[in-house]
Amino acid sequence: MSRLLGDSHRRFLQTLMAVGITDEQEARALYQHCCDTHKMPCTPDKLDEFIEAINSRLQPMFMQIRKGMSEENGHQYYALVNMAETDITRMTSDYADNELELFRKTLDLIVSSENGTASSTDILNSTDTMTSKKLKKSETEHLLTRLVQDKWLCERRGEYTLSTRCIIEMEPYIRTMYQDQVKVCHICHNIAFQCQICENPSCGIKIHNPCVARYFKGRVEPRCPACDDFWPHEIPEVRGLRSQSKR
Amino acid sequence: PSTSQVQRGLEKLTPAQVDQKTAEVVQYILVKDQKKIPVRRADLVKHVVKDYRTVYPEIIKRAMRTFEQVFGLKLVEIDSKNHMYVLVNNLDASTARPSPVERPSNPKMGLLFVILSVIFMKGGVVRENLIWNTLKKLRVDPGQRHEEFGDVRKVITDEFVRQRYLEYVRIPHTEPVEYEFRWGQRSDMEVSRAQILEFMGQLHEQDPRSWTQQYREAHSAATASSSQASSSNHR
Ligand SMILES: [Mg+2]
Ligand SMILES: [Mg+2]
Ligand SMILES: [Zn+2]
Ligand SMILES: [Zn+2]
Repeated sequence: MSRLLGDSHRRFLQTLMAVGITDEQEARALYQHCCDTHKMPCTPDKLDEFIEAINSRLQPMFMQIRKGMSEENGHQYYALVNMAETDITRMTSDYADNELELFRKTLDLIVSSENGTASSTDILNSTDTMTSKKLKKSETEHLLTRLVQDKWLCERRGEYTLSTRCIIEMEPYIRTMYQDQVKVCHICHNIAFQCQICENPSCGIKIHNPCVARYFKGRVEPRCPACDDFWPHEIPEVRGLRSQSKR
Repeated sequence: PSTSQVQRGLEKLTPAQVDQKTAEVVQYILVKDQKKIPVRRADLVKHVVKDYRTVYPEIIKRAMRTFEQVFGLKLVEIDSKNHMYVLVNNLDASTARPSPVERPSNPKMGLLFVILSVIFMKGGVVRENLIWNTLKKLRVDPGQRHEEFGDVRKVITDEFVRQRYLEYVRIPHTEPVEYEFRWGQRSDMEVSRAQILEFMGQLHEQDPRSWTQQYREAHSAATASSSQASSSNHR
């Protein structure tokens, strides 16, 4: 159903286009702000309906405001994503063919890893098998910096992970391209990269770190929600709101 | 194409095909706009519209409607000779307060703001040396590589010019060759002169009204530029 939009919707969309991604708390504040600015009634618990109205008009443009969880802190985020599979999508207009090939190789490494990371060394080594124009070491390093700046990847001590925005935007692509390898969280059923895995070989379910924290919070003896085996991993703390970095 | 040609062209296409092409046009323009590159009609037709050129008027009409109704943006022709377009904000900015979501600050925009200020305060056109000297005082030497901007001269005389924020034109009959700067069309539409004046007032601890000429220009809705601007402050 296509709905009529007001200026409050348009302002919300414009801001999201400029910033790319916001966490839920910011999105609520922005919703309030946009309604106030254009003297529209604002119902605090109707944010998702407000966004649905925008999405109904974005859909014909193959765009969508999509919600997803940060694997870092477990909070919900909203991102404006592009679903068009044409040669004019955001990434193909910003990166050369060989740069995209290396990004795909990085994605391969991350998806096939245990913990959802790829080291800079492994990424540099993977240039050896490039079929398009091979990237030099310095070019690869520069590309990785750009991918972090453009918020596709995150980097910590030489280890690269997918950003929240990248996961939200690329989830359908990753689910299609990596059908056999992709892991899904047993708790929230979203795609999982940084996660804990049940060590029972006949089980092996995955749970996001923040989902682990929430699920096992306050339980004395953590047991796997699928096979009831002892959960042998360290249980992370539930991360408090606002005390974390954005991605 | 004439109206009847467009009509005949539309009859050969399914509504889904027209919608799909409109979506591609909208996306293409949004991507260019994010990088502040004006869209040339010839490129749009060549790279996106392609076989649909007979129905181009209908497709661009639909794209414009989408920009206004969904995104609150307006597609404006800034160069009627070469048919160049940019997107400008179509939402009423006079009541807008700062958004609670912080935008990633773009240091280049700070650089641009300084240059636009100098041009505006000097009556709309300045010789390039004045800009270079002003920037040197701010420790931005166009002859040296800048940590943040890289090749400063290139950013100013190439990037800002391509994005239509600045005009950089040779002054006739000068030996050696000299150039001058003016505001570009995008600045006319996107940048508020009143805001520049307020910024100058804060910088010099001076009432903006004391620059009588500039104040009048900044607050007269009759000036060609501010009459079509959307993000400027019309008070
Ligand atoms: Mg504007
Ligand atoms: Mg103006
Ligand atoms: Zn989960
Ligand atoms: Zn298990």
